[in-house]
Amino acid sequence: MSGLAGAVLFVVLAPVAGGLLVGADRVVTARMQGRVGPPLLQPFYDVGKLLEKEARQVNPVAEPLLLGHLAFMALTGALVLGGVDLLFTVFVFALAALCLVLAAGSVASPFSHAGAERELIVLLATEPFFILMLAAVCKVTGASTFAGVLASPVAVAEELPGVLLAFLFVATVKLRKSPFDIAASHHPHQELVSGLTSDMSGRLLAYVHLAHWYETALLAVFVVLFFNRSVPLGLAVFLLAYAVEILVDNSTSRAKWELVLRSSWAVTLLFSGGNVLAVFLLGR
Amino acid sequence: MSFFRRSPWILHYDGSSCNGCDIEVLACLTPLYDVERFGVVNTGNPKHADILLVTGSVNERNVEIVENLYRQMPDPKVVVAVGACACSGGIFARAYNVQGGIDRVVPVDVYVPGCAARPERIIDGVVQGIAALEGKRAAMAAGRRRGALRPQSGSQPAGAA
Repeated sequence: MSGLAGAVLFVVLAPVAGGLLVGADRVVTARMQGRVGPPLLQPFYDVGKLLEKEARQVNPVAEPLLLGHLAFMALTGALVLGGVDLLFTVFVFALAALCLVLAAGSVASPFSHAGAERELIVLLATEPFFILMLAAVCKVTGASTFAGVLASPVAVAEELPGVLLAFLFVATVKLRKSPFDIAASHHPHQELVSGLTSDMSGRLLAYVHLAHWYETALLAVFVVLFFNRSVPLGLAVFLLAYAVEILVDNSTSRAKWELVLRSSWAVTLLFSGGNVLAVFLLGR
Repeated sequence: MSFFRRSPWILHYDGSSCNGCDIEVLACLTPLYDVERFGVVNTGNPKHADILLVTGSVNERNVEIVENLYRQMPDPKVVVAVGACACSGGIFARAYNVQGGIDRVVPVDVYVPGCAARPERIIDGVVQGIAALEGKRAAMAAGRRRGALRPQSGSQPAGAA
């Protein structure tokens, strides 16, 4: 598969896959609570409705920023599959998150501001890890692109089990799952209202949903990096991890931001840092 | 077909009620009734909501809040008054601080009677609210096609559940 075809495939298929996964998430969550739950395609109905609804422009700068959030999120996946240096893509990923923070900070709502500040904390908790993770993957495989990692004879998950564990932890933060959903929540009647999406309506909110689907698909691509010997195995591990995330989401309450920051750094340093140190000391 | 039928997001506001109707509204979300089957989300945010579901009457203190919540909701939007108090003031109607039903402040599209309103009846009211929502969306789309200004919400006659 050429790089360009991979990039186009990601841009077209990632929102479909991400939306279906979010739909399955809502069904499984409902079943865990003894309910029937919405149809599988509910997230697509929601986004369809949001596109039809009036978009209140609180600050006109929010819309271009949210379009940037969506575009950079899609671009990150496209660059990863398109064969660009993996370490470069992390910065595009961070840029996408930064656009969302700026959009949420551009309005006067205190809930939106609290969400924006907390999203910055989430960035602080996760971005260093993503750089470390991709650097470690590049180090053990000797490749710097997605295709290069897949072609490498080294089984990444066997070399970097600690980094994989840390990634699954950080994914909980990135997927906005409880106890780490500090910046925005799927659930109402909490101190945050809707966090950083509080002042977004209509198509503005639809962009955020679409970007979240891209982000979910991107996390699946990152898991595949670890299982470079078998892509289906990587996707299966991602789905299994997502099921565990749903269980955790349903059985925990939201933590304070201090715990999110401390625990992310502790897990990242212990598992991921220790793993990378071991790889270097063993001279691989 | 529009997506509004499949994805009505609700904002629940409790005016001055005895909390009986509020318990019944929350009962709609429980496994027995599970309104999420119809795509209903109980959102806590007026900017995300399509249906304003009000229980309890309007009093001197919450009149501004009801108005404010309604104004913050993007079009198209409908209001469902749940229970005797929200419809007319109920047993509190003659209290010194009570102004009356929700329609004293914002245009109500669906009235759900009952003291307290039963969950089945609330779900029925929401379903009728969705039909009103669909009508407003069609009017909005027609207005856009004609290049007219944004239609005023609540300009349609109120229905009855």
